[in-house]
Amino acid sequence: MMSFMKGRVLVVDDDTALAEMLGIVLRGEGFEPSFVADGDKALAAFRETKPDLVLLDLMLPGRDGIEVCRLIRAESGVPIVMLTAKSDTVDVVVGLESGADDYIVKPFKPKELVARIRARLRRSEEPAPEQLTIGDLVIDVAGHSVKRDGQSIALTPLEFDLLVALARKPWQVFTREVLLEQVWGYRHAADTRLVNVHVQRLRSKVEKDPEKPEIVVTVRGVGYKAGPA
Amino acid sequence: MSQNSAASAPGRSGTRVGRPVGRAGSHWARLLEGGLLQGGVQGSPVLRLILRWVRRPLLPVMRLWRRNIQLRVVVSTLLMSLGVVLLLGFVVIGQVRNGLLEAKVKASQSQATGGFAVAKQKADEVVTGTGDDGSAADGRESQNVIQWMSDLVASLSSGGQGAFDVVTLPAGGNAGGGRGPRASGTVDPTASVPEDLRARIGEGTTAARSYTRIVYKTGGKAPQPGLVIGKQLNDPNGDPYQLYYLFPLTQEEKSLSLVKGTLATAGLFVVVLLGAIAWLVVRQVVTPVRMAAGVAERLSAGRLQERMKVTGEDDIARLGEAFNKMAQNLQQKISQLEELSRMQRRFVSDVSHELRTPLTTVRMAADVIHEARGDFDPVTARSAELLADQLDRFESLLADLLEISRFDAGAAALEAEPIDLRDVVRRVVSGAEPLAERKGSRIRVVGDQQPVVAEADARRVERILRNLVVNAVEHGEGRDVVVKLAAAGGAVAVAVRDYGVGLKPGEATRVFNRFWRADPARARTTGGTGLGLSIALEDARLHGGWLQAWGEPGGGSQFRLTLPQSLDEPLRGSPIPLEPTDSRRNRGLHDAGGPRDGDKRATVPAQPPTAPTPLPRDPIVPRLAMVPPTADPTALPGSGARVVARPAAGARRAEDTAGGAGDAGGPDGAGDVAGADSADAAGEAAGAGSAEADTAAPDTGGPDAPDAGGPVPDAPSAGTAGAAENAENAENAENAENTDGPAEDAGRPVAETEPGRAADGRKSEVGPEGAQKEHGEAFRGR
Repeated sequence: MMSFMKGRVLVVDDDTALAEMLGIVLRGEGFEPSFVADGDKALAAFRETKPDLVLLDLMLPGRDGIEVCRLIRAESGVPIVMLTAKSDTVDVVVGLESGADDYIVKPFKPKELVARIRARLRRSEEPAPEQLTIGDLVIDVAGHSVKRDGQSIALTPLEFDLLVALARKPWQVFTREVLLEQVWGYRHAADTRLVNVHVQRLRSKVEKDPEKPEIVVTVRGVGYKAGPA
Repeated sequence: MSQNSAASAPGRSGTRVGRPVGRAGSHWARLLEGGLLQGGVQGSPVLRLILRWVRRPLLPVMRLWRRNIQLRVVVSTLLMSLGVVLLLGFVVIGQVRNGLLEAKVKASQSQATGGFAVAKQKADEVVTGTGDDGSAADGRESQNVIQWMSDLVASLSSGGQGAFDVVTLPAGGNAGGGRGPRASGTVDPTASVPEDLRARIGEGTTAARSYTRIVYKTGGKAPQPGLVIGKQLNDPNGDPYQLYYLFPLTQEEKSLSLVKGTLATAGLFVVVLLGAIAWLVVRQVVTPVRMAAGVAERLSAGRLQERMKVTGEDDIARLGEAFNKMAQNLQQKISQLEELSRMQRRFVSDVSHELRTPLTTVRMAADVIHEARGDFDPVTARSAELLADQLDRFESLLADLLEISRFDAGAAALEAEPIDLRDVVRRVVSGAEPLAERKGSRIRVVGDQQPVVAEADARRVERILRNLVVNAVEHGEGRDVVVKLAAAGGAVAVAVRDYGVGLKPGEATRVFNRFWRADPARARTTGGTGLGLSIALEDARLHGGWLQAWGEPGGGSQFRLTLPQSLDEPLRGSPIPLEPTDSRRNRGLHDAGGPRDGDKRATVPAQPPTAPTPLPRDPIVPRLAMVPPTADPTALPGSGARVVARPAAGARRAEDTAGGAGDAGGPDGAGDVAGADSADAAGEAAGAGSAEADTAAPDTGGPDAPDAGGPVPDAPSAGTAGAAENAENAENAENAENTDGPAEDAGRPVAETEPGRAADGRKSEVGPEGAQKEHGEAFRGR
């Protein structure tokens, strides 16, 4: 499938020093970085380079990161990792809601960054043919598709992973921490808001009525589970 | 209605409504409730019950009366005008009646006088006429008199058919000889003439009059009021008889009732109209007032753009203008403050971003250099290591600073959901294991059999606990760290206990100060930003919880986090006593069979939830007054002795050194004896010990507290604990270091006891602070 481990990374950041440093680190890890410093040019650069992952600074001249994120997400499911200097709730949640898969708060350690990037690129290394059903959804794991009554539903890779993780063990209730580990690849407990936001996004796509979820059910005080299969 | 009641009615209503309207209601209500309904029936539960039962249906009415000024004014106006109208009516009616009757009496009298004269004349005529006959037969004679009488009545009454009637009655009891009662028309002669008038007339020969009811013999005609004028006369035989003129007052009665009816109608109209006018007038005043009240309510609810409508230039308009001006100013100030707060937040956010971006680059560069340090010469390699290490520190310091400024800007938001604190503790403990291994200590978790669930922000709680556990491990000197969980009474608590160097007196509060360090000499080796506990405290406050510290020198310390189980419920107590049961004092008490104070301390108060942390005055306060705890033999760990174990000795020491500080040992014994939970803090407050503490002691409320400050070092029971102990228990007192002497310290606090109330916590625990200070003095002296 895709060249996992190594991949093209588009760095959208206006701080040239940081961008350069990111380039050094990414190259050192075997990625192919490309750079764009302006929010207005980000989309064009994205179309041109077709990266496997986007590193996106939230504060950009021109279009801001949130807007860029939304635009990229509108035409591609490519993983987006936000770089943010603000760990405040609102900023993070807005970023995640605009479509980012993950975020990393400045200042970060190079290793941490690389680990996050790898986690986002490491998906489905050897997709075994596998068919899952959850509610009235049919999930083709290898084909990376979700269908309801023959109609396919477009999900980002992260949302797909989240759904598959839940659907594989419909009898199990997943805590947010477990989901963070399985889907996002965090080894230590991190911000559970990631899970909340992405579950909401997933629901808005796969649920018939997102207000009354039947596919991804909240277990109050614990976490989430796949609805009755 | 009688004259009497007519006079009293306006009087009554006058006293009632004659007062200023605004106060009248409340005054009466107070009188009714206070004096009548409560004061009067004290001590009689049955009566009180009955009164309450009677009062209950009246309550809504009374409430309406109290709350509705319009109702009060209208009712008062109605009552007042009713009184005035009634008074007026009675006066007018009285005058009309008097006038009517006077005229009638005058006319009647002249009529009657004429009639009496005629009767007398007729009798005289008969006497002269029959005198010629000489002696007529007796039978004839009486026959004649009967006839004469009937004639007389007929002739006298013929002149006034309907206007009056004539009645003759025998004088005295002499009814014989045909002198029976006679009457013109159908008047009942005997029933229509009152007895007392008959008696009066019988006494003399003058005419007399009286009011009466004229009764008619034949049915159909109702008795009617009348005036009767009578006189005693002689008949032709010279026998006396009584002649009465009866004047019916029908006409006058009619006139009077007409006047009455007119007056009543007019009065009713006047009253109703006055009520309506009052209603309208009050409405004119009350409506704007109500509008103002409504606008004020909305303003205070946060809708700052609300304004009153102002029309005209009258007082109401002035009120409106003033109100609007006030609202305008308020709005301005609030928006100014909001703007400031927003700017501050914005600034923090911007600084954060501006600092972090270059820091990220530096950080990454440093890491790259650090990775490659193997290729460098030793000096450069070491430099690379230092660079990386210090960058870590810089980073965490920056993060903490930003976090603190976020709290200061009020930008910290709580994301609470029900969490099981056991999970958090588990994560924290497993995170701290590596450090504990390095330090050679173990972390034990106690009380995790049952779920400990509370509505809390997991991220923040984890941060608090991580801080506490890491601190405990770092200062635990390789001894075990115990993490204890408990839930009870709407609160959950996690206590982290270590057996390390502990806290010196007064430090229990200061540990939460920003950049405060336990030991300046050790400060730089243990790392940390000096902000950890400050942030933890802010995090706890954000939950409406408490974070408190206890420690004894050499005996370790305990930090306790108490959180409400549900966010909207205030904390009243903590399931875990702040002072652990294995503190040296408690062990000492236990050994001596004294009261286990530690168990009672579950309700010891906390810091006020909103009180700001004192600003860092001096990052590191040199604590010259303190000698190292190891220098104090009684303070050695495990000695089992109290710092001031022997009260007499302790007191003597305190006296010697603190100069009249007096009884350092005794007072806490008093506190202990006081026993009650709430008295506990009081005992401690009193434990300030100096004679001057006396001034504060009475306010502390502990029943034995006043004794506590007694200057005589009376040796208390085995339960004695020294002032030092109190000092160590201090949780959140103000720092006393800047005050000059123990006396001042002890005197300053007006310790309140209600320790259950968080808001009072600070106050109530200033007392112990005084004790600390004093203890400090004692230490120095030794």
